[in-house]
Amino acid sequence: MFEIGARKNIPNDPAPSRWSYKLLRLMLSPFLRRLVFYGVPVFLLMVVTAINLYDENRRDQLRAFYDEIYLSVVERPEFMVNLMSITGASDEVMQDIREVVSVDFPISSFSLDLDHMQKEISGLDPVKHAELRISSGGVLEVKVIERIPAYLWRREAGLEVLDETGAYVKNVGSRLDYPRLPLIAGEGADLQILQVEKLLKAAQPLENRLRGLVFVGERRWDVVLDRGQVLMLPEEGAASALERIIVMDDAEELLARNIRVVDFRIRNRPTLHLKEGAMEELKEIKLMQLRPSE
Amino acid sequence: MTDFYQSQRAMRAMRQAALQRGVIAVLDVGSTKVSCLILKFDGLAYRDEADGVGPLAGQSGFRVIGSATTRSRGIGFGEIYSMQEAERAIRTALQSAQKLANMRVDHVIACFSGGRPRSYGLVGDVRVDEQIVSENDIARVLSACDVPEYGEGREVLHAQPVNFALDHRSGLLDPRGQIGEHLSTDVHMVTVEEKVILDLAYCVKRCDLELAGVASSSYAAGISSLVEDEQELGAACIDIGGGATGVSIFLRKHMIYCDSVRLGGDHVTRDISMGLQVPETTAERIKTRSGGLFATGMDDRDMIEVGGDTGDWERDRRTVSRTELIGIMRPRVEEILEEVRAHLDAAGFDHLPSQQIVLTGGSSQIPGLDGLASRILGQQVRLGRPLRIHRLPQAYSGPSSASLVGLSLFAAHPQDEWWDFESPVERYPTRSLKRAVRWFKENW
Repeated sequence: MFEIGARKNIPNDPAPSRWSYKLLRLMLSPFLRRLVFYGVPVFLLMVVTAINLYDENRRDQLRAFYDEIYLSVVERPEFMVNLMSITGASDEVMQDIREVVSVDFPISSFSLDLDHMQKEISGLDPVKHAELRISSGGVLEVKVIERIPAYLWRREAGLEVLDETGAYVKNVGSRLDYPRLPLIAGEGADLQILQVEKLLKAAQPLENRLRGLVFVGERRWDVVLDRGQVLMLPEEGAASALERIIVMDDAEELLARNIRVVDFRIRNRPTLHLKEGAMEELKEIKLMQLRPSE
Repeated sequence: MTDFYQSQRAMRAMRQAALQRGVIAVLDVGSTKVSCLILKFDGLAYRDEADGVGPLAGQSGFRVIGSATTRSRGIGFGEIYSMQEAERAIRTALQSAQKLANMRVDHVIACFSGGRPRSYGLVGDVRVDEQIVSENDIARVLSACDVPEYGEGREVLHAQPVNFALDHRSGLLDPRGQIGEHLSTDVHMVTVEEKVILDLAYCVKRCDLELAGVASSSYAAGISSLVEDEQELGAACIDIGGGATGVSIFLRKHMIYCDSVRLGGDHVTRDISMGLQVPETTAERIKTRSGGLFATGMDDRDMIEVGGDTGDWERDRRTVSRTELIGIMRPRVEEILEEVRAHLDAAGFDHLPSQQIVLTGGSSQIPGLDGLASRILGQQVRLGRPLRIHRLPQAYSGPSSASLVGLSLFAAHPQDEWWDFESPVERYPTRSLKRAVRWFKENW
């Protein structure tokens, strides 16, 4: 029963009003959608953050808060390094390493710059190679391989020890500190250390008489023997020249004679310098041989 | 005519814009329900081949992203009789569909079954200009069709070239590029009452949307319900809706006849309502729950509670047997089918090579309809459902959504219409310029 003129109220007839329809369409337009769902929240977030950070105290607080959290993680006992163990180094070098790596233990492993420390330690002269690692139990392990002294190099400044690659190891006061090492001299000799090795090998038969090698004019080598004898070698093929001299020595006992210099600088023209007075001595001997035996 | 030609071209341009944007809504304005699908075209690029014969391929990749159905109001016989109410119904459907799609649509393709559609077959004949048939020749032959007087206040809804003949070869789909002298065409034209389209356009406009196309719902139902061989060999699609029954005949994949009978399921409901003295909602419920067309002995004992809320016990506890209900429904359904038969006969359906009849639409779900229809319409009757389209909700897969799904297919594969071709008059200046250029080339 309906009143005449009354609007029939139909419950199952939901229709959106014109305005709600328009609003829905507006909200579904892509630009506005993005603005409402991304633009406005991001903007609000930024505004809130900016207002908060405007205050200096609050910034400090934040920084302190952050630091606290950082420290609480970093300074956990699991991350702490308590001592350093150095292996493979002599006492002297160990001292040097401790000087270079001046760290106050205990320290967090986050604040250790292992790469830098490795570079520092490798930069030490007597150190050939260094390995660093933090092992469990908070130990900073430093594994060092030292340079092995191979040559003594006499320079104007003093006596230096070189390893087999010619790298500088240290200064020594006296030759007697390393009596077994071969002696070399001359500027630039450390750069030609491979040649030294070859020459020494070739000079093996003369070992007992060998005093040292001299690099002359940064281009060629002299072999110095005892009794002031000098073997001057050419620039090219020094080792073979030396071998030739040794062969000559074997055949003619060249070096046992009264000779000061064997000049082999020009291969095809070996020259001998006699010692002072040797010529007179030779003459006398000849004269004695010529004189009829009495 | 030219006015409508222009507005159809405008709608076509809008449809292309919508397809390029990728979202379009299809709207079925029916007498029982107003339903809406929102289609998203993606993946396949729209081939911008503005004018041409042949299906506009490459736009088939679409899926349904939103759907809504609402009870229709202010619409009867597939025509709008109350603008505000119809607008509310359309607004409701579109709002829920947009909400579901979470996307805003601006273009709508709509279909309706009313407006007293009338079919015309037109014939055009023209001599080919330059031996080879060009697009311009097709436009010329289309404009050479002699348009009959279809009366004041009527408008062309569809004008589809269904056949081209070049000299003695008929049945060409696309004569472009072929060599011949005489080009003739058959055009199928459908006119409806102008007022119906204008009302619909106005309602859609009031919902802040643009009407990007209109189609007859019997045509749309035919597209979706007839399978390919039926469309090819000849079949009729009977779309029995609430307020109107659409009839469309297809041959060689083109619609060749379109009509509408102003009878439908609502009339059956009204008969039940009058016969049983119940409100229409109750009558509708009884029809859908217990309706039928063939009574058996069992139905005599099958008592249906009619119900009521008058407070009078005798009246509220009434029951009717199912046989009585069938007795009410059957004459009306028979009447509808007889009417359809008359229209089919008038259209010359008997002469088609195959006379398949497909029943679809909401009222085709009455049990036993196919049996009754085969007595009245012919032996080859089947019940049809719409094709499946991508992501179509289950609720829309029934026969009552045939025209909605068909409209989606229509949106994806629009049939070439008359107005898809440039009118030859417009092109005349450029052509004369071309001729002048050619003359210069030849004589210099």
